[in-house]
Amino acid sequence: MSGGDLVVIGNGMVGQRFVDALHARDPEGRWRVTVLAEERRPAYDRVRLSAYFDGVGESDLNLYTPHDGVRLRLGEPATAIDRARQVVTTGVGEYHYDALVLATGSYAFVPPVPGAELPGVFVYRTLDDLAAIRAYASGRRVGAVIGGGLLGLEAANALRLLGLSTDVVEFAPRLMPVQVDQAGGAMLRRYVDELGVRTHLGVATSAIRPGPDGAVAALELSDGGTVDAELVVVAAGIRPRDQLARDAELPLGPRGGVLVDATCRSADERIWAIGECAAVDGTCHGLVAPGYATAEVVADRLVGGAATFPGADTATKLKLLGVDVASFGDAHGTTPGCLDVTFTDPATRVYAKLVLSDDAHTLLGGVLVGDASAYPTLRASVGGPLPAAPLALLAPDGGGADAGALPAAAQVCSCNAVTRGDVDAAIADGCADVPALKACTRAGTSCGSCVPMLKQLLDAAGVAQSSALCEHFDVSRRELFEIVRVRGIRTFSRLVAEHGRGRGCDICKPVVASILASLGGGHVLDGEQASLQDTNDHFLANLQRDGSYSVVPRIPGGEITPEKLIVIGEVARDFQLYTKITGGQRIDLFGARVEQLPLIWRRLVDAGFESGHAYGKALRTVKSCVGETWCRYGVQDSVGLAVALELRYRGLRAPHKIKSAVSGCARECAEARSKDFGIIATETGWNLYVGGNGGFRPRHADLFATDLSTETLISLIDRFLIYYIRTADRLQRTAGWIEAMDGGLDHLRAVIVDDSLGLCAELDAAMAQHVSSYSDEWRDVLDDPDRLRRYTSFVNAPDVPDPSITFARERGQPVPVREHPPGGSAHRRQPVTLGLPEVRR
Amino acid sequence: MNLTTTLSWTTVCPLDRLEPDRGVAALVDGAQIALFHTADGLFAIDNRDPVSGAYVLSRGIVGSRGGVPTVASPLHKQVYDLRSGHCLDLPGVAVARHDARCRDGLVEVRLRQEG
Repeated sequence: MSGGDLVVIGNGMVGQRFVDALHARDPEGRWRVTVLAEERRPAYDRVRLSAYFDGVGESDLNLYTPHDGVRLRLGEPATAIDRARQVVTTGVGEYHYDALVLATGSYAFVPPVPGAELPGVFVYRTLDDLAAIRAYASGRRVGAVIGGGLLGLEAANALRLLGLSTDVVEFAPRLMPVQVDQAGGAMLRRYVDELGVRTHLGVATSAIRPGPDGAVAALELSDGGTVDAELVVVAAGIRPRDQLARDAELPLGPRGGVLVDATCRSADERIWAIGECAAVDGTCHGLVAPGYATAEVVADRLVGGAATFPGADTATKLKLLGVDVASFGDAHGTTPGCLDVTFTDPATRVYAKLVLSDDAHTLLGGVLVGDASAYPTLRASVGGPLPAAPLALLAPDGGGADAGALPAAAQVCSCNAVTRGDVDAAIADGCADVPALKACTRAGTSCGSCVPMLKQLLDAAGVAQSSALCEHFDVSRRELFEIVRVRGIRTFSRLVAEHGRGRGCDICKPVVASILASLGGGHVLDGEQASLQDTNDHFLANLQRDGSYSVVPRIPGGEITPEKLIVIGEVARDFQLYTKITGGQRIDLFGARVEQLPLIWRRLVDAGFESGHAYGKALRTVKSCVGETWCRYGVQDSVGLAVALELRYRGLRAPHKIKSAVSGCARECAEARSKDFGIIATETGWNLYVGGNGGFRPRHADLFATDLSTETLISLIDRFLIYYIRTADRLQRTAGWIEAMDGGLDHLRAVIVDDSLGLCAELDAAMAQHVSSYSDEWRDVLDDPDRLRRYTSFVNAPDVPDPSITFARERGQPVPVREHPPGGSAHRRQPVTLGLPEVRR
Repeated sequence: MNLTTTLSWTTVCPLDRLEPDRGVAALVDGAQIALFHTADGLFAIDNRDPVSGAYVLSRGIVGSRGGVPTVASPLHKQVYDLRSGHCLDLPGVAVARHDARCRDGLVEVRLRQEG
């Protein structure tokens, strides 16, 4: 089989993965693909479904990628398969197939108890389910979840977040019975108790009872107890959706599901099944990883490959209700003769179990609750020798779980199937840090849980991860910041004498200058500080390729009056400056010589402009869309907020430039998610995103907090910025800073939202100090003859302009004359030396 | 042995016009010179950055590398030995260096044309 009509029934995670995988293998489009989807939304990330209650929008969960040659029919479920005619029927029409892939997934199992159909009883399966739960929860106080497995606990957390007092009823004697053992379940229960979620274990729900209004009001339990519940979520398991196959008389598995062999082909050679609806050799798999594996198998087979299902990796690591839970391999110790090693610490509430072979040499599986840091190494070691002594492996923080002991074939990154051998090869090819390994091998780019192992493998390969700033300081920028702050050092000469060596260089001097500026060290050109500055900060302008500078006045939020716009135009005209609109919604004026800078700024400052800090590692702009003031879609005043933020953080020196934007609605016209901190308006407040950037390695910012009041929003940004300034490395943008942070975004939230380090008061005070001490750098220069003295062409000939700066004209504007211009257009440019400005009156 | 043409000394400016560890540009016999005053003394080199062709070396950051007094080009950060003019990052690249001294509180420069 190598082409023709291909029909895919289902556009869930696995169905979409299949289409993507086939598209990658069939670039000529030999298969004409039609995807029939029941839901009106294209594929979304069901694993992260609960993030919907954390304010993550539908678009963030989207997994759908359009491909040429693939038709997606949303809201058009298949109703029948006619195997004789090779036709799939929907409510709209018929679709012929040469190959048919069933990816119908599963449905939520609802136990046959009285009252299961009452208003207020929900399942937890689709975005529509979640939207309905959210709407119904409004104004209600108590809820209950039937089922204490993975999905049940996610649902319980969702009800908590919706403000409902929550009970969980689980038929098994422990929570998460599939993944964890009795002792692990007991430890998990301690966490759940503490969150105020009440658990009822070892009991069944015998009935769901209505109240006087006919809607659900209570659960009756098999032990005679009752639980008040105005909203009930049933999360009692899933069943494969195999009705279409059943009606078409295809053989099914013993517990349902379309029976397929290891190639994922059913008894009908034209029909395949993948994901949760497939019973591969009789067994259905309810996790996404085995589902993806089936998608890859069928995609391969359809282009003539010979792939077979590799067996299901049921290893799971997740954070449920804030608790790390992991389970891998033979977690329940079903292998004959196997041995258990367990560790329980009630004080830190950590439970861990390793299952070993009968000779105690081979790791078979395990369970971790409360601390899953050893999971990546342990999971990769399943089936092989133990990487360290069992007790060391189980110690909290997984101190003994060193990836350096893994064999080459061990899978380090299960998300992207990267082995230790792959990582070692990349290191041998010159990857010297974690970002390089991520880019080269894709390891660590999905869930990120293997990033600590990547560091260990770099260490094991002897790649030195020195944090020394340069030859003059053995410490990192972050440590240097603390030294300067705690010891109250105010000069570079004292710092290098006491904590470094030599005279400094172009790496450490600007770093120290930035640290002194961040700590409120006065004007950046005062005293010894001036000699530390990079030329941009030294002249408060941006050096260009020909030795001239560019000038960028601040235009907060991109909002400017016609009068000010005219002043910029007049200045540009009078000094004959090349003029260009920047990406940050302001205007850059190019081609100024050093001695012209004070003359230009005198005009700008007199007209009410101030420094835009385009030359500094500092806040650049807060871009905005026009917002609700004008836009018919806007829901908040994005311009007003952008102006306020830009004025609050102007002049703030940082390890790297900082950019921001504010969008007035979810359409996101200000491109806030490409910024270090971006704000997107909601109906009721603001969503804050952090860690985005454009540039060489573009990255979307991550959602940090939702529906914030303006006051809370500003407080969080204050802390975010100061914490970044204090702890980031040299030239590390916010994205890299968060990625490198142990615990990542969760840790950042703990520090600046929950104040886990007790730092917030200090961070708040530091920002208050910045805001109150701000003063325009350019105005301060113009007011001071000593500072002005630097703006001289030649120390012994201040009236002679630099003769090397000459301009040609291009598209009506001056541009530098280049010795070897690209495109060989030199002959069209005639050099002219510009004299002093012609001032028009 | 290079043939060295030695010109006369030119007075440029008072010594206190130079900020410690920061350069200035000067015009000496029509040539652009970058002049530095560091803890190791006075140094004069060509102001032209040989990599970019721009006249900017006087605006670089002064420092040391392994005990050698240096300046880094402000454009693309190549580091030059202030004593010899040799680029420490790119073999074979160098800038001309000149003589500088202080007489009666005045800085004097004498061009050297090595060829």
